[in-house]
Amino acid sequence: MDGTPVIRIENVSKRFVIRKEKSLKERVVNFGRSNLHKDDFWALRNVDLEICSGSTVGLIGPNGSGKSTLLKLIGGILQPTSGSVHLRGRLAALLELGAGFHPDLTGRENVYLNASILGLTKKQTDRHFDAMVDFSGIEPFIDTQVKFYSSGMYVRLAFAVAVHVDPDILLVDEVLAVGDEQFQRKCLERIRGFQHEGRTIVLVTHGLDQVAEFCDSAIVLEHGVVTANGKPREALKVLRADFEATRQEEVDRAKSAEDEATKRPLARFTGIALRSDSGATGHPSLKTGEGLTVAVEIEATTPLEDWEIGVGITTPLGTALYGTNTRLLGVRLDRHVGTGRFEFHLGQLALGEGDYSVHTSLTGADGTEIDTVPQAAEFSVEGDGRSQGALAAEAQFAIL
Amino acid sequence: MTDIATERAGRLAAEPLREAGPRPGFVSGTLASLRDIAAHRELMGFLVRRELKSRYKDSALGFVWSLIRPLAMLVIYYVALGKFLGAARSIPDFAIFIYTGLTAWGLFSEILTVGTASIVANSGLIKKVYLPREVFPLSAIGSAVFTFVIQLGVLVAATVAVGRFPTGTRWFYFPVSLVLILVLATALALLLSAVNVYLRDVGYLVEVALMILFWTSPIVYSYALVHQQLKGGTLEQLYLANPITLVVCGFQQIFWVAGDGQPMPDHLGERLGIALAVSVVLLWVCHRTFARLQANFAQEL
Repeated sequence: MDGTPVIRIENVSKRFVIRKEKSLKERVVNFGRSNLHKDDFWALRNVDLEICSGSTVGLIGPNGSGKSTLLKLIGGILQPTSGSVHLRGRLAALLELGAGFHPDLTGRENVYLNASILGLTKKQTDRHFDAMVDFSGIEPFIDTQVKFYSSGMYVRLAFAVAVHVDPDILLVDEVLAVGDEQFQRKCLERIRGFQHEGRTIVLVTHGLDQVAEFCDSAIVLEHGVVTANGKPREALKVLRADFEATRQEEVDRAKSAEDEATKRPLARFTGIALRSDSGATGHPSLKTGEGLTVAVEIEATTPLEDWEIGVGITTPLGTALYGTNTRLLGVRLDRHVGTGRFEFHLGQLALGEGDYSVHTSLTGADGTEIDTVPQAAEFSVEGDGRSQGALAAEAQFAIL
Repeated sequence: MTDIATERAGRLAAEPLREAGPRPGFVSGTLASLRDIAAHRELMGFLVRRELKSRYKDSALGFVWSLIRPLAMLVIYYVALGKFLGAARSIPDFAIFIYTGLTAWGLFSEILTVGTASIVANSGLIKKVYLPREVFPLSAIGSAVFTFVIQLGVLVAATVAVGRFPTGTRWFYFPVSLVLILVLATALALLLSAVNVYLRDVGYLVEVALMILFWTSPIVYSYALVHQQLKGGTLEQLYLANPITLVVCGFQQIFWVAGDGQPMPDHLGERLGIALAVSVVLLWVCHRTFARLQANFAQEL
């Protein structure tokens, strides 16, 4: 969707100085040497972004990657160290629900206060007041002091106020997962309503499914740098790969620490190849219902005893569709050292049109992971254009 | 796209891009900040109400407490200073005299103490929502003015009770003195609240400074005593350079009718005017400093 840019971020960097001294005395004593007592931390580096009106953008990334900092820069709460952030239109930031709720005030008073903080006038709040209370579903308690509210009620009221402000740009930080399921659905409905009304939404979340579901595009941040910016699917792929790399690193570290003690077998996948029934290789393209052969090559530097190989199929978003392994297939693998080749044949894959990836894993008898490759290879399926979704079915329609 | 969406997109396209957050610039930012603050005046009203409501929430006497404190002070000073130390002998209507000073002083000190702490006290909001941060010190003024109005009511009632209600030209001093307190206290509250974010020592510093100011102003003793001691020398001019002294004298000129004929600083009106002019400039400088410092509030808190 091409539109007017409503948020333009140009070459923004944000540095936090971590000071180890706070009091006047310490500063005077350390004056002149004060650089020794400072640490620089770059939360964001050279970020360039443009967000267009009417789009919903997900900001994703591991913890501490600068997502919230970026959101605060857009919201004007923090100032960039260098670069500039420009905006168009009215902005509301939901960085924390119920920021500014005062425990000693009643729900009603807090609604007015909070609405005012978010930029509504008293008249507008009067107009929306019933709708807000109705939305929150805590009408019987509206004249009770909020310090007596349960945390769920608190959040409900806060969210109800927040969704009734009329922003052009809405910044949301990790606040969608509130309340019980019924309330969550109401919130998500409301977000969809916002999208329909052409509002721009910037969403920070760890719920990757939400990103896939709601966003037109996604931005991946990693150590303060934008590593991907595009379709949610692509961005999620980058992020997942990144998570996997981190995990692998941790596994490796744990392994090297453990190896001495437990003498865990060392083995890894050295090659994975796909071949469709019709003979296509590399990144094969299958017809619905065609079979797929997954060939793997394993190199074991220490003997493998009582082990298993597994393969599976996932969507690009990481949802597991299918998985099997040698144990489930009833095959017992013998002791193995050195290089070996194995092959799985997955027949009649009833998959709908789309891209898929294959993951492979090597497991010891006690369930310890020896090696996994989450996106070992990819293939695509050409559908007949008669269906959508990952599953294919023979569909017939009849008028009775 | 729906109609609402296209309409919104069209409206947004017509708008210019603006910078997120507060506008920079020492001079040019003033107007923008003022406009920002004006747009949030309703919020300030809510903040003042929140402050007042929560202050006496759950207490049986409620707002009566904002009367009890100065009344207690009045009794203490009246008995201890007035009767025991004998100050009341040289000062007619000692009760009115003291209460006049305390009322003016109370406004100044409350704005300063609450205002200085206001940014740190509202850190939760400042870290999460962008608002012109001036609203927090400014709303401290609102609640202080509320207390002041109650005390002023008591003071006026007292002047009626003793049968010496101030009339006529005496009230000339009222707007000047009041505006001077407000402008000066606001200027200092803005500056100190901002500095307090970076250096928490400021809160304690203010406490000490207020104590010194209290005793260097003719609140519980009369200006006549100072005049006797200093005899119009340079030290007395220095004493009179304290704007709080001027304000307190101004208030006494209005409400302390029995004090007519007692020595008062000469050219009090002019002195008040000059102090006011200086305070206005100070207010502007303090506000711009505040604007400069506020950029890093969210990360320092």
